[in-house]
Amino acid sequence: MALTGLEVFKLLPNTNCRECGFATCLAFAMRLAAKKIEAEECPYLSEEAKEILGASAVPPIRLVEIKSGDKSVKIGEELVMFRHEKKFFHQTAFSVCIDDSEDEREITEKLEKIKKINFERAGEILKLDLIAVKDTSGDKQKFCKTINLIKNFIDLPLILFSENPEIVTVGLEEIPDDKPLIYSANNENWEKMTELAKKYNASLAITAEDGLKGLSELSERIKNKGFENIVLNPKCRSLTEILTNYTLIRRLSLENNYRNLGYPIILYLENEDNFINSAVGICKYASIVVFNDVNDWEYLPLLTLRQNIFSDPQKPLQVEPGIYKVGEPDESSPVFVTTNFSLTYFIVSTEIEGAGFSGHLIITDAEGLSVLSAWSAGKFSGEIVGKFVINSGIENNISHRNIIIPGYVAVISGELEDSLPGWNVYVGPQEASDIPSYLKEVWSKEN
Amino acid sequence: MEIEIPIKKWSGKIRAVTIGTEKNGITIGGEDTLPFHHFEGSIPNKPIIAFEVQDIYPSDWLDVVKEPYGEYLKNPIEWAKAAVVKYNADMVCLNLLSTHPDRENRSADEAAELVKNIISEIDVPLIIKGPGSSEKQNQVLNKCGEAGAGKRCIIASAVEDNYKTITAACQAYGHIVVAETPIDVNLAKQLNILISDMNFPPGRIIIDPLTGGLGYGLEYTYSVMERIRLQALGGDAMLQMPFICFVGQEVWRVKEVKVDESVEPLWGDMKKRGICWEAATAITLLLSGADILVMRHPEAINIVRKSVGRLMEK
Repeated sequence: MALTGLEVFKLLPNTNCRECGFATCLAFAMRLAAKKIEAEECPYLSEEAKEILGASAVPPIRLVEIKSGDKSVKIGEELVMFRHEKKFFHQTAFSVCIDDSEDEREITEKLEKIKKINFERAGEILKLDLIAVKDTSGDKQKFCKTINLIKNFIDLPLILFSENPEIVTVGLEEIPDDKPLIYSANNENWEKMTELAKKYNASLAITAEDGLKGLSELSERIKNKGFENIVLNPKCRSLTEILTNYTLIRRLSLENNYRNLGYPIILYLENEDNFINSAVGICKYASIVVFNDVNDWEYLPLLTLRQNIFSDPQKPLQVEPGIYKVGEPDESSPVFVTTNFSLTYFIVSTEIEGAGFSGHLIITDAEGLSVLSAWSAGKFSGEIVGKFVINSGIENNISHRNIIIPGYVAVISGELEDSLPGWNVYVGPQEASDIPSYLKEVWSKEN
Repeated sequence: MEIEIPIKKWSGKIRAVTIGTEKNGITIGGEDTLPFHHFEGSIPNKPIIAFEVQDIYPSDWLDVVKEPYGEYLKNPIEWAKAAVVKYNADMVCLNLLSTHPDRENRSADEAAELVKNIISEIDVPLIIKGPGSSEKQNQVLNKCGEAGAGKRCIIASAVEDNYKTITAACQAYGHIVVAETPIDVNLAKQLNILISDMNFPPGRIIIDPLTGGLGYGLEYTYSVMERIRLQALGGDAMLQMPFICFVGQEVWRVKEVKVDESVEPLWGDMKKRGICWEAATAITLLLSGADILVMRHPEAINIVRKSVGRLMEK
């Protein structure tokens, strides 16, 4: 568990000897708590302090990596219960399950679909991360054949979905250079599974009856064998239980420094209520979601939800500066300018389109700030906006010279007219929601 | 080895608010723990979904959303009745859109007449939502408040620049006021204080944190609700109000629910995608503490209602 500066300070000798290079022990403690320096730089640390500080340096939730070639999925190493406290670091990995009892044609169809899922949204690519291969057939050959079929078709890291160590062995042998996830070890097979995971550099999901207690006991036994790349699969009978168990696992590891459950969580969705359960999983601490099946129309909302929840609350999402087409603009369509805060961009473009208009939307580089913040930070002045408009080349695309600015920065209109000779500056509404009435009532009458 | 389950007890509690009359009243709020944390606290009342009904034919609604209501959309009273009878609405939100000066600019008296008729025709509690435009908002909500006197409706919304008339109307006619602020903990608290300073009981205020739809700021609303709720449970009396989220109006105007699968084949069936969009937005807001969700599509409402049932299982 991370310690605060003051907690670290209490462990220091408090002699202010300056041998570490800092004027006081308190200054050293602050830097150490911020992980800017190493504890060893203090020559007088007691053994006890070293131990506590050493333990605090180990992340409370272990980072687990699932790999294939240069494709790597990292999960875990989360530090907070609520995203506003810092952020959620590693987004929920999405996996679709392929059943080895299905025939080749069905599997290929499924894989083709998976491959196509690739949406660009707010400057990010949204797609699936993993493929799970399930040993329904119970036939080693079929399992291997399915693995090969997948690997030839698509390069994603795999989850080997089987509780049979023999089947897992042949699967691992098919992909000796990968680091797959084995799903899963239980109270019967765990010794063999742990050996396999160790030998093949895989990570290991563990399943136990008897709630968190069973899970904790199993993870401890595996850890005592010297293996720690563990993923937890808490068995849950209801949505409430998912929410409760996942919350408690996160809380125990972050706030109580409870090591046996300090691992990422996997949620396997068999069939019913997939959509809702996965939405809950995304918000509430599932590191991997495995779908038996997903409907086409569910991908975009789920991937968008994941993008929302895992965005950095301190760092606004940005869109690339440039000229964006809203609808199907022509040379007489209005020109709007605003900042590259992605929410601003989305809302403004939605309102223009929603009003039944097309337009050219110029997005300036305001470091992702909203209009008012960008203006007060000096990143949305008349001069900056004017230069950006000229350099954007918009003048080649339009027959008029009219530009609409956000109402909140009405003050820049004079300066903007100075830096855009020959242009007319229109002050639009303050709120994007008033764009439709502005376009209908003001713009249309004057243009 | 037994695990010691870390239980959190909070000093604060969300105020329980009853909407409606003795006959049809529904109580929301009253929880002393985080959303659906049954293992460590008490959640006496489940979140409620209100069906949005507009006072005028919703010509700008997508066919996907209009289709389930069919002919009823032409008459707001029939529409509200259909929501209750056909789709078992627990609550109806009457959106008085047509009173907006930029729209049909219908009079406050006309709106009040409609409120009176709807109240006499349906037996579920009512949310009355004004047009937003400041001057008209006051006239309309005042008249409508009077028309619904004693029915303990929810009146939406009071904002920082315009809360006095609306609060006074809620005071005079016995209603519950929605305090709307733009995604900000301190502004939400400040408006609650301003309203309470008018001697309005804090137990009759509901917070509208301002809803961003999925993909359009949902995460901002989600986090601000979590922060408000944590502060409220921590003991801040001026934030211990239930939340209302206007989901439908945010969801059903974004690109991702409007574009047909013939244009974006990978996005899948447009109708089902839209329903998922509204349901996903609602579920996320439930997880951050929403007590009332105002929604549009009956199928999305059905999904969310079922999920509320599952989340309320102990």
